[in-house]
Amino acid sequence: MANMSLNKVKMPEQEPNTRNKNFLEVALGYTEEMAREEATRCLNCKNRPCVSGCPVNVKIPDFIALVAEGKFEEAYDKIRETNSLPAICGRVCPQESQCESLCVRGKKGESVGIGRLERYVADWFMANGKPKVDRPAKVNKKVAVVGSGPAGLTCAGDLAKLGYDVTIFEAFHVPGGVLMYGIPEFRLPKTLVQKEIENVKALGVEIKTNMVIGKVLSLDELMEEGYEAVFVGSGAGLPSFLGIPGENLNGVYSANEFLTRVNLMKAYKFPEYDTPIKVGKNVAVVGGGNVAMDAARSAKRLGAENVYIIYRRSEAELPARLEEVHHAKEEGIIFKLLNNPKQIIGTEDGWVKGIECLEMELGEPDSSGRRRPVPKEGSEHVIDVETVIIAIGQTPNPLIKSTTPGLATQKWGGIIVEEETGATSKKGVYAGGDAVTGAATVILAMGAGKKAAKAIDQYLKSKKD
Amino acid sequence: MFKIVRKEVLNPSVKLLEIEAPHVARKAEPGQFIILRVNEEGERIPLTIADYDRSKGTVTIIFQEVGYTTKILGEMEEGQELMDFVGPLGVASHFDGLKKVAVIGGGLGTAIAYPQAKKLHSLGVEVDSIIGFRNKDLIILEKEMAAVSDRLFVATDDGSNGNKGFVTDVLKNLIEQGNKYDMVVAIGPLIMMKVVSNLTKQYGIKTVVSMNPVMIDGTGMCGGCRVTVGGKTKFACVDGPDFDGHEVDFDEAIRRQQMYKQEEKRAMEKHECRLGGTVNG
Repeated sequence: MANMSLNKVKMPEQEPNTRNKNFLEVALGYTEEMAREEATRCLNCKNRPCVSGCPVNVKIPDFIALVAEGKFEEAYDKIRETNSLPAICGRVCPQESQCESLCVRGKKGESVGIGRLERYVADWFMANGKPKVDRPAKVNKKVAVVGSGPAGLTCAGDLAKLGYDVTIFEAFHVPGGVLMYGIPEFRLPKTLVQKEIENVKALGVEIKTNMVIGKVLSLDELMEEGYEAVFVGSGAGLPSFLGIPGENLNGVYSANEFLTRVNLMKAYKFPEYDTPIKVGKNVAVVGGGNVAMDAARSAKRLGAENVYIIYRRSEAELPARLEEVHHAKEEGIIFKLLNNPKQIIGTEDGWVKGIECLEMELGEPDSSGRRRPVPKEGSEHVIDVETVIIAIGQTPNPLIKSTTPGLATQKWGGIIVEEETGATSKKGVYAGGDAVTGAATVILAMGAGKKAAKAIDQYLKSKKD
Repeated sequence: MFKIVRKEVLNPSVKLLEIEAPHVARKAEPGQFIILRVNEEGERIPLTIADYDRSKGTVTIIFQEVGYTTKILGEMEEGQELMDFVGPLGVASHFDGLKKVAVIGGGLGTAIAYPQAKKLHSLGVEVDSIIGFRNKDLIILEKEMAAVSDRLFVATDDGSNGNKGFVTDVLKNLIEQGNKYDMVVAIGPLIMMKVVSNLTKQYGIKTVVSMNPVMIDGTGMCGGCRVTVGGKTKFACVDGPDFDGHEVDFDEAIRRQQMYKQEEKRAMEKHECRLGGTVNG
């Protein structure tokens, strides 16, 4: 008989007022008892709606049934059949809008805590499991993967499982892409990311760092070096700015720069690590997505007293996950909703001293279906801050586009692909993840990497040598 | 890892390292830069490529010990290895259709001006090079510059080499004497590039400067290297580092260079503490 509790087993967390001063993980994870209890809430229903809600189709009811029985190793194997990065997905997937949104239990009460269970199983395996390496027969064909973020890692892992010789080319000095430079330690510990990457390498994938494809080598040169297909998962690396006066004052960061300094370069450990970061007493973060929440919560941890999220629409339109907004509020982040920056104000010697905003009200719905924010006349006011972080989005990096003749892209930079296969306009070149969609989620990028791996396999099998 | 195959001390605070980096050497062109990291805790710093040898697969960098990272870099010896070395990054300099060019190097900037003069010289362009230093003990690359220039002028601020003055004084004289330059390449401290650009603007001579702002990735990802050029924000890493000197907002660039002054001081204190111990271990 299933456990009919209406609520998920609660996730233990660090206290808000403790955690907003450290970079340790916020959510502490289930104990074995909690995991098994939560697993019994799954009805193991026939039509398994949750599975179709998962971009990589994890066999959710099957692994949960194994958790309920305490068979964690088997549960891990079940997840790994379709998902090569479970410890990451269990932490950063927006389950509430994917698998969990379709859970039958969610019709009355809370859905099953699928993400929490996935995390438990992955963590259990990292602590207790023995990685199995059963490498398939080699097909002796080389595939290049550009970028070692979630799309690239997934594509590479799937192709390696099929016997291809896969090399990942990473521009930074460590692999992981946005998992390393973007998502903060307190949401996704970096040692854990590296362990997951080790698991992908154990499949036979080689990773070459410090390789900026588009500069060091072009896609055509990769093909000339014997790679028969290329997957481009280079992410959305180009930060957008507001285009308002004062954006080049000292103390204004793009969220990319701010988070890269903190996460990848470990500036929160300066001067033990050499990369510095500057955080004022008062910090304004412009934007309302997950990246904005990450930047705001990081700034708080770096010692800022007042951290403001400045967002031009209302709370209902915040693009960030509910959980992130909730966590940010608990940690003392101040939400200045319905506010739009007009200019950043500087001191005489060029440092930020404030941000001038206009109050907004919501008008008619726009093309995105959200109500359009309209400025209230005469509502200008200044918020005193010394640091401004612009977190209004990123677009794909133009380095590959500009050095690859025949690669069709959207006006805003996204690589144009065939939806089902990830095939680009250039023969043998596939793409997926943020490089195609613009900034989206880890799991969507993984789904795209998966589809492309399948398509690349078909392409190479049908290709005559 | 990237091995140091040659080290030279050019003056007490300026050092040259030749690094084994075949992928970078294969494509490097004058005007481009690399990003390096000395060790695991290291920051990523950009340095302009001073020279490259495609057949040996090496890239030469020349740097002044101004901060913590350049200090520990300067303490490294032949045979030791750098953790990371990535490039070539940025857009290579364009030198089409030029007959006569003045190449100006200020202090350490001479190291970056050198590959430009060398390239121009190899293209058959007439090159007048002007290099300036605070005093004669700081002069670097005099022989090398002479070898790739039709005429070389070396000026010192204090006149200790017998030729007192600033590079701008020399340039102004040359222009006034009737030398017709199609282009001026000016590389050095921001203030020098600003003064040269102001001068050449009066004469209407196209002037290219090389910017070297703070950056992290060098691929357009962080936007930390923002420079205002012709009223528009550019990223020095992907749009530059060469820009039209008449369009660059130097005052803003000078301000932005001050961003981490305090932190640099703290990092240097760490360096002082480490002295006597092992620096790179």
